[in-house]
Amino acid sequence: MNDEPVWYESLAVHLLLFAAVAFALYPVLWVVSVAFSTGQTPEPRLMPVPDQPTLSHLTDVVGTQQKLAGGEMRYLFPRQLLNSLVVATATALVGILIATPAAYALARFRFIGKDAGVRALLATQMFPAVASAVPLYIILERLHLLNSRTGLILCYASTAVPFAIFQLRAAFESIPLELEEAAMVDGATRFEAFVKVVLPAVRPAMAVTALFAFMSAYNEFILAATLLSKEEMFTLPVVLQRYMGEHGADFPAFAAGALIVSTPVMALFYLLQKHIVAGLTSGAVKG
Amino acid sequence: MVRGLRAAWLGAVLCLVGLVVPRSAQAETLRLWHAYRGDEKAALEALLAQYERDTGVHVETLNVPFDAFLSKLQAAVLHGEGPHLFIDAHNRLGALAHRKVVAAVPDGAEVAPVLREAAREAVSMDGRLYGLPISMKSVALYYRTDMVTGPPDQLENLRQTLRAPLGAASYPLAYASASLYFHAPFLHAFGGRVLSDDDDFQFVGSEAEASLRFVHGLIEDGTVPASADGALVTQLFSSGKAPFAISGPWLASELPDGLPYAVAPLPIIGAAGEPMAPFLTVESVFFTPDGAASPRAAELGRYLFGTEASILRRRDARVVPARRDLPPSDDAFVAAFEAQADTAVPMPKSMAGQAVFEPADKALKKVLNGTMGAAEALAEAEFRFDDVQRPPPEPASTTPALLILGALMSLAALAMVKRARDRSFRAEVRRSLPAYRYVVHAVVALGVLVFLPLSAGAAISLFAGPPDEQYFVGLHNFWLILTARGGPLLANGSFYLVLLTTIAWTLINVFFHVSIGLLLGTLLARPTLRFKGFYRVLLIVPWAVPNYVTALAWKGMFHQQFGAVTAFQLKLAGLLGMNMEPIAWFSRFSTAFTANIATNVWLGFPFMMVVTIAALTSVPKDVLEAAKVDGASRWQRFRLVTLPIIRPNMLPAVVLGSVWTFNMFNVVFLVSGGEPDGSTDILVSEAYRWAFTRQAQYGYAAAYAVLIFLLLFGGTRLPAWIKSLRQRSRSVGEDEPGPVGRPVEVKA
Repeated sequence: MNDEPVWYESLAVHLLLFAAVAFALYPVLWVVSVAFSTGQTPEPRLMPVPDQPTLSHLTDVVGTQQKLAGGEMRYLFPRQLLNSLVVATATALVGILIATPAAYALARFRFIGKDAGVRALLATQMFPAVASAVPLYIILERLHLLNSRTGLILCYASTAVPFAIFQLRAAFESIPLELEEAAMVDGATRFEAFVKVVLPAVRPAMAVTALFAFMSAYNEFILAATLLSKEEMFTLPVVLQRYMGEHGADFPAFAAGALIVSTPVMALFYLLQKHIVAGLTSGAVKG
Repeated sequence: MVRGLRAAWLGAVLCLVGLVVPRSAQAETLRLWHAYRGDEKAALEALLAQYERDTGVHVETLNVPFDAFLSKLQAAVLHGEGPHLFIDAHNRLGALAHRKVVAAVPDGAEVAPVLREAAREAVSMDGRLYGLPISMKSVALYYRTDMVTGPPDQLENLRQTLRAPLGAASYPLAYASASLYFHAPFLHAFGGRVLSDDDDFQFVGSEAEASLRFVHGLIEDGTVPASADGALVTQLFSSGKAPFAISGPWLASELPDGLPYAVAPLPIIGAAGEPMAPFLTVESVFFTPDGAASPRAAELGRYLFGTEASILRRRDARVVPARRDLPPSDDAFVAAFEAQADTAVPMPKSMAGQAVFEPADKALKKVLNGTMGAAEALAEAEFRFDDVQRPPPEPASTTPALLILGALMSLAALAMVKRARDRSFRAEVRRSLPAYRYVVHAVVALGVLVFLPLSAGAAISLFAGPPDEQYFVGLHNFWLILTARGGPLLANGSFYLVLLTTIAWTLINVFFHVSIGLLLGTLLARPTLRFKGFYRVLLIVPWAVPNYVTALAWKGMFHQQFGAVTAFQLKLAGLLGMNMEPIAWFSRFSTAFTANIATNVWLGFPFMMVVTIAALTSVPKDVLEAAKVDGASRWQRFRLVTLPIIRPNMLPAVVLGSVWTFNMFNVVFLVSGGEPDGSTDILVSEAYRWAFTRQAQYGYAAAYAVLIFLLLFGGTRLPAWIKSLRQRSRSVGEDEPGPVGRPVEVKA
């Protein structure tokens, strides 16, 4: 008894969706067209089509150089890209390593401080990043970790951990207790059961959480801009932001850089979005 | 699996090792910071390369954008990581000295006689030289030699020099009128000043008002565009839509090659009887305390200041040198700016001098676009200036706070002891121990890197004063914020106004996010829809792209001259037969707020859409079928069956989205930047400004952050609290069955 929609209703739906897609894609297409247009300032145009297509902006951005001791020139962009990738990967690894056991404990054990801990974790999401930027700077300076990738990783991992704990806790909760109980009946300790039985079962969730931590570290720019002052240590968001200054925005360089920076994360995002939403709607975040 | 785990540990350790090991050796090089671009940057680099060839000393340069310069410098010098030398404009000298990042020039007295008077005065404090001036910059009059016969004798006679009448949409003179820096030539011609010798606000009174009236008149009769920024001035001058332009040497590098133009000093204003006198900026080489102590840095400084370097800079970067012992230049461009420098007024260098610009620019904007009268706007500017300059609060005694802290801690200790004595408590502790093994490293990591900075950040809210000399002031910062700094409660910049703006911002955004998300999600969940996957993939794009990228892109789209939204608006107006001016999106609160909301709605609806789709999958089909059989219309089915079922599923996401929107710094900061006049700032961006722009008032900004947190915390607790109140008052009826179809979760 399925009612097939009337043809004009279908048409209306498709038109509406098409309008929504146009709205969603337009700014992105605009950035793409500026990246490939010749000329320093974009023309006020409606259709996002590149004007005199050129690859020069892309090559300019990738080819920025820095002078080294001895007069040698060094390419900055690949190094900055490497910074972003290293920081993001390490954040994901460290974040997972810290969050997984804690999430397991929250899912399986009852202990003093559990509820307070969960509420504290939730509360950290509400504090604006501005508040911790200055103290973090001082702490990292004491540890001599300013202008270093390690310092950034520590900051990013610590902010990624609370969210990772919630995602992983939901994953652990969805594993039936019988699995560990069977292992422990066979003589394994709790820890062995955790490592040999439970962890393999949540591997997909761990992968998703790791990639999500990777993305948030890769896209972060306020802390990076505050904590890094050496050009060769910059991550990509800092590089991009500097193109759009108060006085004199370099639209094409920004657009070209934005394309290069965004494409890998967008691809990653598409792989993951289903999992992120699953984590949020199946009640993982309980007030 | 254990092997995999060990591999992961090894990988993490290797990563950490790989990060620590390749750190470049820092010891022997000199460090120099600057904010140059283009020709000047090239000239500097050529000079440093020559220096390295001559002396073998390598100079490591860092190019820091102008806005971030001061705060980065201070942070770095404070912790011993700063440069030896840096190149900056003299007008920041007061701020630099206050933050103790600049030291007197070694052997400055030897250097002084070689300098032009204005340059020497610009970098001297207390009779000592604090910088080595290397260039002098001011604006002057650019003119198109193919369109005019030459510079006019009086500004009023501009049009008489035109060779041919101007076309449509042209202005005889283009300059950035709503900026104090560019208005200064007019102000000085009418005898006004910006700051008194005692650092009092002087941009008030009859001279200032006369200058404003004069410029307003120029706008009214079409001589000057109503509001232009640097980019528009460049475009108008190079395309021939403005034969005259007032700009500085930087304009030359943006003009196309072969454009026929020349430069002359600014003319006299007939109405004032005096020549227009622009601000003079003296760029200098400054020494940090570390640099002043290093003889090699002193040598480099002297080299950069030397005659050879000055001549090279004059030739290649075409800047006016500050030395007076050089052979005259044969470049007409440089000669014109040199002539202008003789009548230019050095910019004020005290810290108060820097605080003048923000309120003055705002007043200028309001007067020149006619929204406020001159006297009123200038009085408001003076009030703002005095407010920011207000002396720091008195230090408060720490005794009451320490007493309270001590009392709380002893109470807590007593409570803990009492609990420890309780036997069942001890049993509970024993039962909890195994869990702690899993949790301990997360606790340590989060404790040090999350809770510690947040608590420190909160603690800073109890202090005030310059960054390296903070002192305890108790709850004074909170008091200031909550009493709107003594002004009217809803005055511009008051906490309550910003709070209202933030609440309006959050509610409007969440409304659009949820309604658009629901609509699209429902459409996409239709079983008979074709190309479903295709639509979904494309509609998620706004969420997938990093949001700072798209915020900047939207800002570009709302640009009054170059933006796509402008193009859209003009096209629409054309279609409807209307003749519209391009909307200046960021000059009014309503349009700027709309721009921010448009961007954030665009960013946020995919998330809600995807959440809706996921939630809709939990609606059981048979319940819908039953409702249809019972005769419910589609809308009724949606409202009475679907909505109640998906509501609990969507609630966490909606709450999370609201919190994110409330704290959405990126969009507000990058798109409207708080314009106009800080009115579109939300709480987080306002807090940021207090910390990083208005003279580093960290304590005040931290108090803001604490208040934001309390608001959010209370706000998210509120529904649960109301619910518990209602449950308590409802003594019967706890066994009512839940609504039909609510999925009952069975946990393993």
